[in-house]
Amino acid sequence: MPVRNKNIQPPHECTSVNMPDDRGFFGDFGGRFVPETLMPAVQEVAASFEQALEDPAFVAALDQDLADYVGRPSPLYYAQRWSQELGGACIWLKREDLNHTGAHKINHAVGQILLAKRMGKTRIIAETGAGQHGVATATVAARLGLECVIYMGSRDMKRQAANVYRMKLLGAQVIPVETGACTLKDAINAALRDWVTHVDNTFYLLGTVCGPHPWPRMVRTFQSVVGREARRQILEKTNRLPDALIACVGGGSNAIGLFYPFIGDKDVKLFGVEAGGLGVESGRHAARFSGGRKGVLQGCRSYILCDEAGQIHESHSVSAGLDYPGVGPEHAWLHQQGRAQYPSATDDEALEAFRSLARLEGILPALESSHALAFAAKLAPRLSSDKNIIVNLSGRGDKDIDTVARIDGIESMRDTEDKL
Amino acid sequence: MSQSSEPDAPFVSGRIGDCFLRLQKTGRRALIPYITAGDPDIDTTLHLMHDLVAAGADIIELGVPFSDPVADGPIIEQAHQRALARGVTLPDVLNLVKDFRRNDHETPVVLMSYLNPVEIMGYDCFSRMASASGVDALLTVDLPAEDADALLTSLRAQKLEAVFMVAPNTPDERIASICSRGGGYIYAVSFKGITGASRLKTGDVQARVAALKKMTDLPVCSGFGIHDGASAAAVSQVADGVIVGSALVKELAAFQKVDAAREAVSARLAGMRQAMDELAASRRPSAAQEA
Repeated sequence: MPVRNKNIQPPHECTSVNMPDDRGFFGDFGGRFVPETLMPAVQEVAASFEQALEDPAFVAALDQDLADYVGRPSPLYYAQRWSQELGGACIWLKREDLNHTGAHKINHAVGQILLAKRMGKTRIIAETGAGQHGVATATVAARLGLECVIYMGSRDMKRQAANVYRMKLLGAQVIPVETGACTLKDAINAALRDWVTHVDNTFYLLGTVCGPHPWPRMVRTFQSVVGREARRQILEKTNRLPDALIACVGGGSNAIGLFYPFIGDKDVKLFGVEAGGLGVESGRHAARFSGGRKGVLQGCRSYILCDEAGQIHESHSVSAGLDYPGVGPEHAWLHQQGRAQYPSATDDEALEAFRSLARLEGILPALESSHALAFAAKLAPRLSSDKNIIVNLSGRGDKDIDTVARIDGIESMRDTEDKL
Repeated sequence: MSQSSEPDAPFVSGRIGDCFLRLQKTGRRALIPYITAGDPDIDTTLHLMHDLVAAGADIIELGVPFSDPVADGPIIEQAHQRALARGVTLPDVLNLVKDFRRNDHETPVVLMSYLNPVEIMGYDCFSRMASASGVDALLTVDLPAEDADALLTSLRAQKLEAVFMVAPNTPDERIASICSRGGGYIYAVSFKGITGASRLKTGDVQARVAALKKMTDLPVCSGFGIHDGASAAAVSQVADGVIVGSALVKELAAFQKVDAAREAVSARLAGMRQAMDELAASRRPSAAQEA
């Protein structure tokens, strides 16, 4: 069967950036800060990943899955009515919401599961916040017939009940995590504890560009298909590079996926939008760059939300996928270098963008992606109409309609939790 | 499998080196209890530290409370949460050690911490304060030895040791690299898992510790899953020391009244001390008792 598009290339062909180093550092950020029992496992995954990238059969299998199973390439769509309403730059949406399972998460899930299979692992574990990464993991595990265990904070399970049911339909076991704030951070702790215990037969299919090396590099590699396509598409449609890229940043996988192939294009401005929650000054947010400090959490050094004694703070966001006190180390490095900027959008601003896109473009965006849209709504009017902005529409909003309905005062439309 | 002659004198200096030297002279093995500082409160921890010494502890490992203790099971995780609920953080732990040193100048104290509290305080600042408080060593659970050089520089400038862990699946070349950076003793993790799990197979541990001892001059102490006299004694057949944590923390949590909890912890540790010393005494008259 012919390979339709060459979706994966060694990273040095995409950009001048030659990071991380072989210990996983982006300057001072990154690394692999894990208990000793996990060090051999982490190193094994790193070595296997590098070998796989050199193997044409692996790359061909990945390309084929991305094309035929995920449905790539995803379209680059000009949001004409919304752009005109805002009055300014043209806004282009990279439609990752149209992927199989409805978000960008499937891109790194198909890549990692191929690696897990290649390594002979029989059991897959993952954490999930909004449920999109859990659904993507359960999906690819079902397809390859591998045992799948998903850790999810009990608070997130309530917020994303439909996704919990979806994972169960796909044959995954969903384990509620009751520690801490019962959200994504706690789910990662639980997954790490599982992995320490079952390290021989288990692959940890981590869902973002955080965690220990090689995940920030590996997930970036699998996600950078987004940016490579977007770069080609915008050149085809406008004959030049875009003026700005915008993506939401929880851990930062969709953002790095879009940014990475453009990092060498110095005139393309990069904006990663964090969750401002109830406002950074309220203390109830997930804005690690404006409200956090440099520290070590869950395997890597980056910007994190913690107090002066080093205790991790709970984050807050209306969107479960951005509700995390850490951020990918490469974003920390891009921030430090001044290559990317990291503004924040509040819950209210994200909700307003959610409604605008639904009304004007007939697209329900994920609440996570709505944060990127909210910043686009601020940036576009400040630019002239000959400028182009690409927003990563990282996921669809169907999973969020219960949350939005509750905010609108509509009590639960269906009590999904009771029917599980 | 056991050694046929006394091991070489450990080159570790300071309180930890002195401690192993004393033990070696009497043919005994180190008993190293772990408790989380501030569980249930700082005053109780101070009393407990003296209790532990009275019950036979040679070295004390003191846990620095952290919000996300990923290498620990539920028993120690809850201890961290109880301590954090009292607002106990790294500076309080250092003050606690300073208070302990008023009455105990001899027993080594090893802080067991996740990296972030130390990182946020700053390596130099931590090392100065820890040394001034009478801390002897730091074990950072989530810092690989290969990436620890900056921290090691700060610790060594204040004559503090860095204790590292070796896991059952650590390959030989990494063991060499860990041992070359480590000080105090090597913490041999007895199984692949989190603290407090019941996966201990003493036969496996004995074989691995014996192999490990051939690769380093540092004392090798084993921990994870050791919970009573029998398991402590079995591990002490080959290891230079035995580390016990969750079993004590569990006792501590089981009692509402502090006095009863302190008694239970002391009794548990004393039982281990007795079992280990009986074994040591039975071995001493003849070196012919090879397993």
